[in-house]
Amino acid sequence: MSDSIPNPTPAGHNPSDLRAEIDALIAQGTLDIAARRLAELLAELWRRDPAAGTASFVTARFDELREKTRDKLALPKFKLAILRSFTVEPIVPLLRAEAFAYGIDLEVHVGDFNTYVQDVLDGQSSLYRFAPNAVALAVRTDQAAPELWRDFADLAPEAAQQAAESVIHNYEQWIGAFRKQSQAALIIHSLEHPSSPSLGILDDQSDAGQSGLIRQINRELRRIAAGFHGVYSLDYDALVARHGREHWHDERKWLTARLPIAAGYLLQMAREWMRFIVPLSGRVAKVLVVDLDNTLWGGIIGEDGMAGIKVGPEYPGAAYQALQRALLDLSRKGILLAVCSKNNLDDAMEALEKHPGMLVRAKHFAALRINWSDKAQNLREIAQELNVGIDALAFLDDNPFEREQVRAALPEITVIDLPKNPLEYASAVRDCAAFERLTLSAEDQQRTEMYAAQKQRAGAEESFQSKEDFFRFLEQEAELEPVSDLTLARVAQLTQKTNQFNLTTRRYTEGQIAEMAKQSEWHIFSIRVRDRFGDHGLVGVAISHDEGDQCEVDTFLLSCRVIGRTVETALLAHLAESAAQRGRKRLVGRFLPTKKNAPARDFYPQHGFERQETNGAGSLWMLDLKSSTLRCPDWIKLKVK
Amino acid sequence: MREGDGSKPGRKELTANIFEQVRSVASDIFGIPADKITAESSPETIENWDSMQHLNLVLAIEEKFGVQFEPEDIEQMRNLGAVAALVEKLQSAAR
Repeated sequence: MSDSIPNPTPAGHNPSDLRAEIDALIAQGTLDIAARRLAELLAELWRRDPAAGTASFVTARFDELREKTRDKLALPKFKLAILRSFTVEPIVPLLRAEAFAYGIDLEVHVGDFNTYVQDVLDGQSSLYRFAPNAVALAVRTDQAAPELWRDFADLAPEAAQQAAESVIHNYEQWIGAFRKQSQAALIIHSLEHPSSPSLGILDDQSDAGQSGLIRQINRELRRIAAGFHGVYSLDYDALVARHGREHWHDERKWLTARLPIAAGYLLQMAREWMRFIVPLSGRVAKVLVVDLDNTLWGGIIGEDGMAGIKVGPEYPGAAYQALQRALLDLSRKGILLAVCSKNNLDDAMEALEKHPGMLVRAKHFAALRINWSDKAQNLREIAQELNVGIDALAFLDDNPFEREQVRAALPEITVIDLPKNPLEYASAVRDCAAFERLTLSAEDQQRTEMYAAQKQRAGAEESFQSKEDFFRFLEQEAELEPVSDLTLARVAQLTQKTNQFNLTTRRYTEGQIAEMAKQSEWHIFSIRVRDRFGDHGLVGVAISHDEGDQCEVDTFLLSCRVIGRTVETALLAHLAESAAQRGRKRLVGRFLPTKKNAPARDFYPQHGFERQETNGAGSLWMLDLKSSTLRCPDWIKLKVK
Repeated sequence: MREGDGSKPGRKELTANIFEQVRSVASDIFGIPADKITAESSPETIENWDSMQHLNLVLAIEEKFGVQFEPEDIEQMRNLGAVAALVEKLQSAAR
């Protein structure tokens, strides 16, 4: 199917025709109307020809578009400051064009040569006036550790060790000083190793050689970074090594223009910065939707059959296994996988479940759309099923025709342009900045299992005659616990992001929750739920406070993945019982309607509460604790810690 | 290379082709339409051709043609015609 389709690129879309079309559109002068189309053409031009000239062309047109339409595109803005010991100016247009292709309006401030120490220490410096979202500390070894870099052979072993320690100490000072002035993210370049150490092969015979000490500095930099919130290490040495030290470096440009990186690798430097900027600006993909034939395996299952498709440890199947390993790595980072394929369901499922060469199985996919319908429609359904926005999807398909169709129908999707050669598929996925993460929570790592369990639950639910039978079958256990240091972050996060089953939608920071928890009349509970299919984790929060002879519910929320399984009843029953035990006579609570919390609207009346009053903001409900029959459902095992 | 033997582009065509590409890069870098650029265009005739833009031009040309200029070459780039001639020299030396 895929290989029989010729390159569908319309003849008019080579780079020079794209440039002409863009300039013709601009010349028409109706930028307001053409803004979206222009942005698409500029992004397409950049994808087809990511060269230095193109970067200047794209950024100049984008700036003109923003200025003349008073920022009609309104892309999210991001400000990056680069503190540097070398020339970075030629990289800036490449970086801005790359950011634009990710839907980010990037502004860049470049510090003066080697003034990074003053810039960091001086609270009035142009660095802080720029108010960056992120700062890259792009300093090379020759500047950060000149003794180790240039005069290593002259140093006695103790002096060399001392030099390394003083470099580490300096970084620690700068980072601490920076954190006092700014909450911006800080990206620290690791120090590169010399391509020819001064003592030759002798250097590698000890940890205290030139390379060994630079390695020690880098290790300490990572340790220091980990001690601060929002400070990250960029492995510059690994970046150089990946592209080849000899190719990366251009000694002529270094000596004449203080530019150490060869022309052909400036884009790689820009892309490495993008791997930080994309997750920092929140433009990440949460779901990767993959095609099957000629993407996940070689060949077409419906034509070649189980014996004919290529996937396994040998060439050419190994290329597809390498891609599958990359997908499994993403799923370990909390990125969900889904399938969107034009195929017969039975053929595809047989390969997914039984082919011996497959590393990714049906259970790894949170959603499957295997049918003959339009891919854009399938993608919309996947987003809906997984409860994420369309812009949280990334799409992987070997067929350029499908990719262009998806791009045209759903411009907010991240479409990965697979190279022609399957051996390059895995790196195309690994190199996509939309999958980068700067931190990983326990929830992220278990997300795939949670969604898989959710699918099994939905399947089981259909097979039961009554809801009650289904609830008993689920064997739910709920664990209630007062908020603690361990759960504080998650509790605050839930108040900030729960929209649907949230009765008051009051947003709290960690600090506010901690403050409330100190007061004896406030009670903050979290609820953790598990059932026969798996652990939901910490999914609900209830905050109440006693006043006179009543207890008022301040916050009551549950993650949407457990709503409708009577966990909400168990949590409310516990609030009522514990309030009664403390001698309160009434439990009162408000429902404050928002655009999204309709699922919680009838919660109080359904549980025997009576309406007290209604006004523009919402309604107030009351439960008389003496006559209340509210109990935890007997099919839920409730543990209170 | 023999001139005009029909199977390979002749030297004149090759030169014209290289200049065409140099002109398109210069148009992108300096932000002026390609038809306003000639072989005589130089820092004197192009307003924003300063030292940083000169570096940008050199890098864009190196990337486009896969060549590396020597520092002496870069000093000799008095106009775009000279840039194209240098590219041609480096390319034929590499063949």
